[in-house]
Amino acid sequence: MSEESTNPMREQIQAAIEDNPVLLFMKGTPDQPMCGFSARTVAILQSVGQPFAAVNILPDPRIRQELSTLSNWPTIPQLFIDGEFVGGCDIVTEMYESGELQQALGLDASQAPEAEPVPEPEAREAAPLTIENRL
Amino acid sequence: MSASGAAATPDELKQRIEAGIPGASAAVTGDGHHFNAVVTAPAFSGLSRIAQHRLVYDVFGAEVGDRIHALSIQTRTSETESIA
Repeated sequence: MSEESTNPMREQIQAAIEDNPVLLFMKGTPDQPMCGFSARTVAILQSVGQPFAAVNILPDPRIRQELSTLSNWPTIPQLFIDGEFVGGCDIVTEMYESGELQQALGLDASQAPEAEPVPEPEAREAAPLTIENRL
Repeated sequence: MSASGAAATPDELKQRIEAGIPGASAAVTGDGHHFNAVVTAPAFSGLSRIAQHRLVYDVFGAEVGDRIHALSIQTRTSETESIA
């Protein structure tokens, strides 16, 4: 388990995090989330009008394994902003409701909802980064 | 290691969180696979949300995502802290 041993999967994940200002690791795709927590996180990002890249972790179990090792976070989804791990669905939801998420994204804080419920997921044109295509 | 095999229960999660985090009190609901935990602990004070949630996840280690399929967490530092 030496740190410098080449680990292409981890390097790909790291590169994706560095290359995409807003990156969501999720189950499924923004158009077809395969889990309620992922769907909810997608819906929040869409509702604040934030374009984001997404990686579907389902096609290869190693993605989740390496990601969780990297972030020290056991669950999916995981949101990264400017290369930094922000949190999973619970934290993103809390940050959305308090306006902190909009702030972290550099969006107008006046877009903060007044204790509005989390929006329902809706279909959207998206260009998800499919990490499996990069390998 | 611990209690593997048997389905997880909200009560088990509550007890393990309260045993694992000093001074914590937890309210846990769930159906045996998906759980929601509201955890109040002075130990959270001064920690980021991520660090607070990690403390809770750490109680269960690799069981999260496996035996405990999903664990939703809300953290509070004290009983008086507002939910919103």
